[in-house]
Amino acid sequence: MSEAGVMRLYEYQGKQIFMRYGIRVPEGEVVTSPEKAGEIASRLGDVVLKAQVLTGGRGKAGAVKFASSPEEAQRMAEELFCMQPGGERVEKVLVEQRLNIRRELYAGITIDRGEGKPVVMLSPEGGVEIESVAERSPEKIFSRHVDPFVGFYPYMARELAAELHPEPEVFGEVAGVLLRLYRIFEEKDAQLVEINPLAVTDEGVIAADAKVVIDEDALFRQDFGVKGRGLPYVELEGSIGCVVNGAGLAMATMDTLKHLGGEPANFLDIGGGAGEEVMREALLKVASHPGVRVVFINILGGITRCDEIARGIIGASRSIDLPLVVRFRGTNEEEGAALLREAGIEVEKDMIKAARLAIEMSRRR
Amino acid sequence: MSILIDENTRAIVQGITGSQGSFHTRLMLDYGTRIVAGVTPGKAGREVHGVPVYNSVREALREHDATASVIFVPAPFAMDAAFEAIEHLELVVIITEGIPVHDSMKIREYAEHHGCRVIGPNTAGIISPGKSKLGIMPAQVFAPGRVGVVSRSGTLAYEIALAITESGMGESTLVGIGGDPVVGTGFVEVLQMFEEDGHTDAVVLIGEIGGDAEERAAEYIAQMSKPVVGYVAGITAPPGKRMGHAGAIITRGKGTAESKIRALERSGAGVARLPQEIPELLHQVLK
Repeated sequence: MSEAGVMRLYEYQGKQIFMRYGIRVPEGEVVTSPEKAGEIASRLGDVVLKAQVLTGGRGKAGAVKFASSPEEAQRMAEELFCMQPGGERVEKVLVEQRLNIRRELYAGITIDRGEGKPVVMLSPEGGVEIESVAERSPEKIFSRHVDPFVGFYPYMARELAAELHPEPEVFGEVAGVLLRLYRIFEEKDAQLVEINPLAVTDEGVIAADAKVVIDEDALFRQDFGVKGRGLPYVELEGSIGCVVNGAGLAMATMDTLKHLGGEPANFLDIGGGAGEEVMREALLKVASHPGVRVVFINILGGITRCDEIARGIIGASRSIDLPLVVRFRGTNEEEGAALLREAGIEVEKDMIKAARLAIEMSRRR
Repeated sequence: MSILIDENTRAIVQGITGSQGSFHTRLMLDYGTRIVAGVTPGKAGREVHGVPVYNSVREALREHDATASVIFVPAPFAMDAAFEAIEHLELVVIITEGIPVHDSMKIREYAEHHGCRVIGPNTAGIISPGKSKLGIMPAQVFAPGRVGVVSRSGTLAYEIALAITESGMGESTLVGIGGDPVVGTGFVEVLQMFEEDGHTDAVVLIGEIGGDAEERAAEYIAQMSKPVVGYVAGITAPPGKRMGHAGAIITRGKGTAESKIRALERSGAGVARLPQEIPELLHQVLK
């Protein structure tokens, strides 16, 4: 999937990074129990409690609550720990001092794919979904592209901040936030860093929320406790398990199955150049999904060699009790087909024919 | 004729001593590609399938005449290798998958500074059937012909090339632009080359969900004199894989398969519902 390959950070993780880079965040703490939430509230007074989930639209889902006493904070936290916004379990709650917000701004940096450059954005319309601002009043989003070799300089931040016509002290702080945000974007290999809202309060400019999305391809040089990425895997509702090489072909295989009346149960993209071991694990993973009645393996080998794939299939097939439909074309297809035939597994050459066969078998049992 | 590469293209391979680099150097040589030298730092003096290996691109170019490079160097070192190629060559094809997007932005910018054409990263490469291939695609699915193909995806492009070839047509050139969010060369630039190529009669554009490259391409297709047919993968992809709000600002809600198909159809391009329907659409527009 073209949008996969990223790692989203929780709000509290984003805010920890913000603090390290000198962006102010509300005073608070992340807790794993309602009792602890009460304790924090007794120290902070009026608080906001925010479920730490990656699902968007937390406010609308009721996963952000307010409390004026430690007892209320504990009760609200109890409710939050029982929620599942977007099907996601709440394991942590962020308890923060409630801010006295005068104005809500938006600040964000992402990558403009078409231009191939970072784009820094600032808007006076914070606190709402920024797409709706873009839709309704695009003139209220100030942005500029950044040459990746030059970087983002103070004057660029000042130019953007000046567009808001802010009070003198706010002007300097907003420009400072943009500069620090760009440093995070660059040094953390982010694909997105976003503060919405960036709160203007009597005590200064404070990041009330944090959204940080890291490029998984850069994890080898970052320190997030995760190294490299797993194979792209998507679960669906149907009964045909799919193992395909390449994201485009994987999506096209899924579209084709649906178009022909089949229902994919899941699909796993083994990517380019997968060997025996990757194929073996991929097949075991796809077959372990309870809805799967048949596994469709669609390989068009370029950098991937069909004989390697065949060895992986044979390795996994011993521990799987499911029919397999294998389609091989491309690099070493004859060698691969020969290996599978020896193991008693038939091989198709035509993708549509193979897809129809998989659909038929998915209905058989 | 063809675009980007032909039988006279002389290329080097960076990362030639690695397992993928060496395997595909052999396949490229078998196809008739003129691979004149290889580069792997620290391995000068060796040979890979008869191709001499050098420590640097510069050293290789002192001994050999070449204008292009194919890069198989692993992702952590790929930006360095790409910069090296960009400084010395006209065409750089980056096969490497998993290059951080911040590096890709720099590669693209550096290429622009040097007037170098970068294809990829994360691409299957380029093939002008019967003439040359700088990439990893399986040769047997292609045949010389007059259909240009441009694709974000590698294996899906092979699938469609196979359908075109089996229907009795062939390809002038196939260009994989690469599946990453930021690539060196986009759809529009490749479409322009096909539009100007005397040996291309029609173009197949293979897109997929995410970003707005297809929508941008559609704007150009509307002005083209040559017929274009398309396919967009991901119409049944589950929603919610979008990455974030700020990304959606740039594309303004573009990025779904429906939006791309609509944009392509509005530009006058026929859009296939199955990859295998492409030849039928080509027959219609080439009548």
